[in-house]
Amino acid sequence: MYFLASLSERRRGQLAALSIAAVVIVVGVPLWWRTTETYRAWLPFSQIKDLSKLQLHLSADVEVVFARGTLTPEQQKKLPLTQTQDEEHAVDEADLSLHMLSESPCGSSVVYVIPEVSSLLPENVKVYIGQRRTAILRINAEMRAGKTVEQLLAVLKPQIKQVLQVMSFSHTDITAALSDRVRFNPGSKESMTHSMRAFTSSPGYEITFSLLNPDPRSHRLHWDIEGAVQTYIQPFLTKLSPLANFSIDSQMLHYAMLGVNPRYNNDRGAFILHADSLAHVINPVEARLGSNAASSNPVLNFLLYVPDAQHSPLYIQDHKKMDVPSNAFHSPRWGGIMVYNVKNLYGPEAEFPVNININMAEVMGVFLTQLRLLVGMESSPPPPGFLVAPCGSVGLADWELDRLMWSRSVENIATATTTITSLAQLLDQIGNIVINDNIAQQVSSAVTSVQLAVAELEAGNLGFALQYSKETILASEKAFFDPSLLHLLYFPDDQKFAIYIPLFLPMCVPILLSLLKMASEARRRYREKQAKKD
Amino acid sequence: MYHIKVSQFGRSISYFYLRLVFISPRFVQNSAGQFFSSGHTNNWAVLVCTSRFWFNYRHVANTLSVYRSVKRLGIPDSHIVLMLADDMACNHRNPKPATVFSHKNMELNVYGDDVEVDYRGYEVTVENFLRVLTGRLPPSTPRSKRLLSDDRSNILIYLTGHGGNGFLKFQDSEEISNVELADAFEQMWQKRRYNELLFIIDTCQGASMYERFYSPNIMALASSQVGEDSLSHQPDLAIGVHLMDRYTFYLLEFLEDIHPSSKTNMNDLFKVCPRSLCVSTPGHRTDLFLRNPESVLITDFFGSVRKVEITTEVLNLTHPIQRVEGSPVNGESHREVYSYVDQLPVSEIIHQKPKQKDWHPPDGFILGLWTLILLVFFKTYGIKHLKHIF
Repeated sequence: MYFLASLSERRRGQLAALSIAAVVIVVGVPLWWRTTETYRAWLPFSQIKDLSKLQLHLSADVEVVFARGTLTPEQQKKLPLTQTQDEEHAVDEADLSLHMLSESPCGSSVVYVIPEVSSLLPENVKVYIGQRRTAILRINAEMRAGKTVEQLLAVLKPQIKQVLQVMSFSHTDITAALSDRVRFNPGSKESMTHSMRAFTSSPGYEITFSLLNPDPRSHRLHWDIEGAVQTYIQPFLTKLSPLANFSIDSQMLHYAMLGVNPRYNNDRGAFILHADSLAHVINPVEARLGSNAASSNPVLNFLLYVPDAQHSPLYIQDHKKMDVPSNAFHSPRWGGIMVYNVKNLYGPEAEFPVNININMAEVMGVFLTQLRLLVGMESSPPPPGFLVAPCGSVGLADWELDRLMWSRSVENIATATTTITSLAQLLDQIGNIVINDNIAQQVSSAVTSVQLAVAELEAGNLGFALQYSKETILASEKAFFDPSLLHLLYFPDDQKFAIYIPLFLPMCVPILLSLLKMASEARRRYREKQAKKD
Repeated sequence: MYHIKVSQFGRSISYFYLRLVFISPRFVQNSAGQFFSSGHTNNWAVLVCTSRFWFNYRHVANTLSVYRSVKRLGIPDSHIVLMLADDMACNHRNPKPATVFSHKNMELNVYGDDVEVDYRGYEVTVENFLRVLTGRLPPSTPRSKRLLSDDRSNILIYLTGHGGNGFLKFQDSEEISNVELADAFEQMWQKRRYNELLFIIDTCQGASMYERFYSPNIMALASSQVGEDSLSHQPDLAIGVHLMDRYTFYLLEFLEDIHPSSKTNMNDLFKVCPRSLCVSTPGHRTDLFLRNPESVLITDFFGSVRKVEITTEVLNLTHPIQRVEGSPVNGESHREVYSYVDQLPVSEIIHQKPKQKDWHPPDGFILGLWTLILLVFFKTYGIKHLKHIF
């Protein structure tokens, strides 16, 4: 059919088509854009990019104190006197009283320099590291002759550095702590096992003590676990409380076997568990251990196994076929197992079941050692000439705590920066993840905490640095693992076209056609007008 | 002794430009100390069966047989996330309830009696699978449903079901694409949630699923190449369905010969189902993996051999145990009162104000707009036979 529309009708039609096109373009397209975009709160991307180039500056305060007899009178005159005190003590008492003199905050250490003629330290020992944050260094006579104080300090510097490497941190420690960022090349198998053994930094840990009794018919075991934990383990954990929260539980498992058959050794008259078969002990037992279902904290399991009467006594042998004196072994990032023999506590004529009280001091000594290793204490021997004081009843020396705090802060900062930078990268890459306000806020607070922690490390305030690093870890983990950040629905481009074309094409085709018609008509009229003019 | 403050010796160590570039490690390979050569301390497994309905019995049997092998070789239930999209053992059509067989004539019941299924039935969705992998689960998720791996975990991921070129079908209603899977693995890598990853997929055109991986330390195996179908093995006439897929059947046979201390390596796993037996061509991908497949033991992924160290030094604790103050006074014990958390805070729900929702255009917006445009169009250009509407 052929429509002969009048001029006014045609004009009205053109106006209608134009206005519809205008509405679609001016109102429709922005509306569609706004309603289909994902909400992304603002993130401090520039600060996060700066974080990826992390430069850590750690400084530890050291106070060097010269004892009487180390400095010549000329050198003494140069220095201001503050106090004199004259005492003669054994080395550990001296250590305690020295500690009383100056209570050093965590992160710092004090080095006392004594003359070589002093009888405080034994013969071949050059350095004594005390239980608190003090160390005693012996100096040679020829070193201090004819030098100014500054030269003397320069000479002492390498020795003091060596002391500090044991007490605070060394290059390998920090690199190991940063292994999250930089896959470090372990210098030795020792350092690699150390890095694999300790648990990664976590805000909390669960410790479970289990008593395994495979033979309740023969042995009725009693252990005062509550008292033992209160006396031996709790002080250690309280001292470690700046690092993480620990929760302890205990259980007794009956009829729990080891899963490996020990072999009877005729010359020893005992059953032997060889080191090679130890690796297969843990798995069958682990299924029965259970754990706290409500938390996702890493679990440290400490098992005390009392062998059954038929397989007693049971000894563990190492690779050199020698007996292990502690009769215990531990597994990296899992926990420890100790075998407690009770055969010698009763004779063959005893009435079964025999009541047995377990010596908790011995057991807790082993477990505490294993706990120290699993938490991250250094297990390698100190350099030659060093004498390290035993760690005391708490089980932890102050400088050991400092060491842990240094490596823990560095590890936290490294992990947090990796998390934040990878989160930023991820959100940048994947365009259709919704970033809510709370995530943006967590990220911002994590970034500020990292910057504060780095600043505190540079200033040497270890306590604050650790606290900030813990805050930043919490915030960054919370932001990264927020359940709302799920990049569902990857749409390949052809699917996107398939969704939008049936909606928009039928609408756009009439508009486009009418616009084209108008344009061609306008051009025709213009050409007519041109023709008329000529 | 003179107490002299000499100086505030500041000792500083600076570290330069630690960028996120991955520097390839050269671990000290010590053949005598094989314990630490792989660099992992624990093992995890994520086993997923994605299809439902009775005729997909073989997919559940596939997953359960891998679960069985993995448990036998030592990985405990707490470290296995098992996702089964449908319940075959207690299905109405199962003539032998509480069993799932993998060999015909009902030789081997892979269901066993201590199966722990973490995600079951309709909980097996793409979203939950991705949440498990990336760790973005709601805080109320119990421990058994989480993948709590760390940077020293070796993870085995096994997927089976119906798939196509670049996707895997979940529950007959949604699918996961290879790009999403690759992105999920990249997020796992960014957060250091794995040390090494072994990815096995038994579906049609399975090789397409590992084409897009780009994160390091992933080794992938698939039962068939792009364009090929993975076939099922054998039907059991009593049960009435196919019991297993070919690739997993031969994989199970291979794994039955492995015990916790065996030294078989990955090259043997690559040879598992040759074309003569499997009809499809199994494929594998090792270019992203750092170690040589020959030095990778099967038990590095399928088993859980713990590293063990002897405790040599012991602390000597001498002080006696303190008596714990726990005795009740006057026969009354001072107990804390515990109460359950309010599961359904009804009062809060009732008195809640309506949430401020984002403004959405009214429903049918597109339809309305379309109708309007059509109306105006036809009115303007006046199609006669529509005049009776206006």
